Amino acid sequence: MAKLIAAAKKEGTLNVIALPPTWANYGNVIKDFTAKYGIKVVSANPEGSSQDEVDAVKSENGTSKAPDVLDVGMAVALVSTSLFAPYKVSTWSSIPAAQKSPTGLWTQDYGGYMSIGYNSAKFGTITSVSQLLGSKFKNSVALNGNPTEANAALNGVMMANLAEGGTASSIAKGVAFFHQLKQAGNFVPVQATNATIKAGTTPVVINWDYLNTASVVDQGASWKVFVPANATLAGYYAQAINKNAPHPAAARLWEEFLYSQGATGGQNLWLQGGARPVEMTAMTSNKSIDASAASSLPPITGTPVFLTATQATDAATYLEANWAKAIS
Amino acid sequence: MAVAATTATGARPGRAGRRPSFAWIGTVPFLGYIGVFLLLPTGIVIWNALRNQTGGLDLSSLKVLGNSEVRGFFTGTLELSAISALIGAVFGAILAYAVASGNPDGVVRRLYLAGSGVLAQFGGVTLAFAFLAAIGPTSGFLARASWYYDFPWGIALIYAYFEIPLMVLVFLPAIDGLKVQWREAAESLGGSTWDYWRHVGGPLLAPAFTGATLLLFANALSAYATIQAWENQIAYTVPQQIYISINSEVGLSNVNYADVLALGMVIMVAIIMTGYALLQRRAARWLR
Repeated sequence: MAKLIAAAKKEGTLNVIALPPTWANYGNVIKDFTAKYGIKVVSANPEGSSQDEVDAVKSENGTSKAPDVLDVGMAVALVSTSLFAPYKVSTWSSIPAAQKSPTGLWTQDYGGYMSIGYNSAKFGTITSVSQLLGSKFKNSVALNGNPTEANAALNGVMMANLAEGGTASSIAKGVAFFHQLKQAGNFVPVQATNATIKAGTTPVVINWDYLNTASVVDQGASWKVFVPANATLAGYYAQAINKNAPHPAAARLWEEFLYSQGATGGQNLWLQGGARPVEMTAMTSNKSIDASAASSLPPITGTPVFLTATQATDAATYLEANWAKAIS
Repeated sequence: MAVAATTATGARPGRAGRRPSFAWIGTVPFLGYIGVFLLLPTGIVIWNALRNQTGGLDLSSLKVLGNSEVRGFFTGTLELSAISALIGAVFGAILAYAVASGNPDGVVRRLYLAGSGVLAQFGGVTLAFAFLAAIGPTSGFLARASWYYDFPWGIALIYAYFEIPLMVLVFLPAIDGLKVQWREAAESLGGSTWDYWRHVGGPLLAPAFTGATLLLFANALSAYATIQAWENQIAYTVPQQIYISINSEVGLSNVNYADVLALGMVIMVAIIMTGYALLQRRAARWLR
């Protein structure tokens, strides 16, 4: 570890990509990493998508600007493994086996559950997904993006699908639900941002719980986050190291920092941003978890559902053919 | 100036023909700019559209242009561009006429032109949000309505915010070109206002009007950020679908498909801009 720190300090820089400062507390994660190791973090294209990340790895390959580390959705991670260098962090054993590639090509880092964030002052308490079809939700419900493009939106449709009695293998009932939502005049197609939430244009947003917390969307106590018991859909992002990283040691040190369990380590920092770190179960048993941050997460009941790679691909294929028809 | 130039070249008539002219050097920056920012990217798009995912020459990728889905994106784009261009052209022309008939040095005209110059460049998330704040659901004005989310009328209305000012800017010179004497001539020959517009003003302005409408059409065709903010969760137009084909993180990204769509756009724009150039040439005769 000491050797790694020395080598990373010698490189002096780390290139990261597509990390919005308000996403999973990344603003502080970057700040703390620089403060701790004195390594400058160059953050490219913070609003980029996972696909943008691997595109940058390819297009900037061999240059000093190429991203060193990636934080990508699983759909992108699984088809891009030829770009990654295997690495096992020192806390490897704390990560559930299903959430990492056996060789360490990718390792899931943090995640959460698909949730409905809403203004309870306006709507009262939401207790089921089907409530959203009611007339008081006229012009109110938005997804986070187009489900044929954004992973969060695809999972939003999948959550509705599970709540409507569909299975993870077929997203058809979810698409039908959004068709009904559109017919009822409740669906809002605009891009949901903190500004549209504040303006009241998108008072109900379906998104990952860690992107939907009151502090992230800049709302007061009346903003609530609901994870339906019959549709606890989990999604995790994954870390990977560019195999041709311009700063290979800094990249590995970054991973060690992200997966460290200390009070000021990456896992607790993510938790403070409302995301569930992948080592959460292990950290709960070894008591290294930030208990107050953990207790402020939205409560989860029911068995979490994880989409397999095939299920996610099938859902995307179905959406490509049917989403536009259902919603226009 | 013109006289001086003639004299200068006239001084040594014998040498001018033999010495190679370097006047073309003046066009190098322009051609360089066009080459790097227009021709090169267009060439790359065309080249890539004709190849398959693995890089071999393959015309079969063009076949997707025949899919009903893809045709939908193109008809959506055309529909939206046509409607917003017509709204912009009609209202912009009326506005331009009102401005032109006022005092040419008046403060109203200057305000309009300055305002139009700014608003013609207004677009994207800013415009979408400004619309929402002004007459969207939260203003209380249209609290229960949702038609403005519908395609294409809702988004066409938003496009009018930049199409009308652009029309004012490009159409005003044509109206200014109408000489008072023509109107006086028509009147002295006993023509009514209707006769004047029917036989003089209308025909004179028609090429400029059509040309400006085509420009608005092309402007709407390439607009992307506004509709992407407004219709974020569904793709109606080709530029939106190109974005999805490049960025999809759910496994639907296909750069080749994006290139083919872009090629379709290039062809559409080429047709429109050719029409625009032909009409401009005709209209220019009257503006001298």
